[in-house]
Amino acid sequence: MEKTLQLEIVTPDQQVLSETVDYVGAPGFEGEFGVLANHIPFLSALNIGNLYYKKDGKTRYVFVSGGFADVSNNKITILAESAEKAEDIDVERAMNAKDRAEKRLAQQKDMMEYAAAQAALQRALFRLKAKETAG
Amino acid sequence: MASLRDVKNKIDGVKKTKQITKAMNMVASAKLRRAQERIERFRPYAAKFYEMLGDLAAGGDDSAHPLLEVRDEVKTTGIVLATSDRGLCGSFNTNLIKEATSLAAEKAAEGKTVKLYCVGKKGRDAMRKFEYERLLEYADAMSSFDFSLANEVATAVINAYLAGELDEVFVIYGEFQSLAKQVPVNLPLLPIQKTEDEAQEGTGSDLEYIYEPSEEGLLSELLPRFIKVQVYRGLLDTSASEHAARMAAMDNATRACDDMTESLTLIYNKTRQAAITTELMDIVSGAEALKG
Repeated sequence: MEKTLQLEIVTPDQQVLSETVDYVGAPGFEGEFGVLANHIPFLSALNIGNLYYKKDGKTRYVFVSGGFADVSNNKITILAESAEKAEDIDVERAMNAKDRAEKRLAQQKDMMEYAAAQAALQRALFRLKAKETAG
Repeated sequence: MASLRDVKNKIDGVKKTKQITKAMNMVASAKLRRAQERIERFRPYAAKFYEMLGDLAAGGDDSAHPLLEVRDEVKTTGIVLATSDRGLCGSFNTNLIKEATSLAAEKAAEGKTVKLYCVGKKGRDAMRKFEYERLLEYADAMSSFDFSLANEVATAVINAYLAGELDEVFVIYGEFQSLAKQVPVNLPLLPIQKTEDEAQEGTGSDLEYIYEPSEEGLLSELLPRFIKVQVYRGLLDTSASEHAARMAAMDNATRACDDMTESLTLIYNKTRQAAITTELMDIVSGAEALKG
C-alpha cells in the first residue's frame, strides 16, 4: 500500500504545485475534507479557502479560490481559478483588497454586486489567514 | 531622371524603415515567446479540466443541463470574435474578420439575428463598420490580459444564453498552428457539444466516484467554467497567432526593404556615373576648344 499521495495544483496561468505529500486538507463545498493515501475516487467543488498539506511532519498552506478537487489513483488534482502558496501571498495587496471590499459592501444594495464584493472580501480574508497561520 | 540627391534621400528613408520593421520583428518574436509560454502553462489546466469533465460525463447519464441542451428553434446567434488590437500583422485580422462576416452572413441568410462580442480593436472596428449589433466590446485588451478577461466575456455570454437572448454561440479565433501557419477557427461554444475526445478521456475511470455536491451540482459548476476555459484558449491562441503573423509580416517587410535599397543603390550609382561622364565630357571638350 502506498503511504503518500501526489498533490497537484494548477491554475489557468501556471502549475502552482506538484508534490508528494502525506495528507491534504481542502475546503470542500460541503465543508472541509481530508485526503490520505489510497482514498477512493472523489470529485468535489471547492469553496474559497485555504488548503493545507502535510509533508515530512510539516504543514504548509495554499490559498485556493473557485475550483475543483479530483481524487483518483492516489493523486489529488486541484483545479483553481487562482491559487497561491502562503509564502507567495502579497499581504499588502490582500489588505488593500480587504479594505476595498469592505467599502463596497457598505455601499452596495444590488444583490449581484453585494455577492461579488462579499466574495472579494472572503478571498482577501482567507489570503491573510493563510499567511498568518503559515507564520 | 531623378536627381542624385533624391535617390540618396530615398535610400536613407528605406533604410530607416528597415530599422523599424526589423525592431518590430524582434519585439514580436519576444512577445510570441511569452505568448507561447502562457499557452504551455495553460495546457496542464486545460488537460486536467477535460479529464475531469470526461470523468463526470462518463460517470453519469446525460443529465440535462441548460448549457448542454440543443434548442429546437434558433433565433439568435452570438459570435465571440477575438482579434488583435494592432495592425501590421499581414492578413491575420482580415482573415478573422472574413471568417466572422461569412458566418454572420450565413446565419443572417437563415433568418437569424446575429450579435457579436468583440475582443480586440481591429475586430471591433470592422464590425462597427459592417453595422452588426455588438453586445460587448473590448478594445486594447489583448496586449495584457489574464483569465479574468475570459471570465468576464464568458460570464456575459452564459448569462445572455441562459436568459434566452442567444440560442447558439460561436467563438472565432486565430489558431496558432506553427510559426508559419495561423488559421482562423470557428468553434461552436454553446450549446456545449460532447466531443469524441471527451468521451475517450473518460474511459480511464471505470471507478465509482463520490461526488460532492451532487453530480448535477458539480456539472452546473463545471460547465460554465468549461466555457471560460474555451474562451481563454481562444484568446491565448489569438494572441500567439497575432505575434507570429506580425513576425512574418515584418520579416517580409525587412526583406522588401533590402531589395529596394539594392535597386535604388543601383540607380544611384548609374546616375552618379552618368553625371561624372557628362562632367568629364564638358572638361575634355573645353580643353579641346582652348587648344584649338
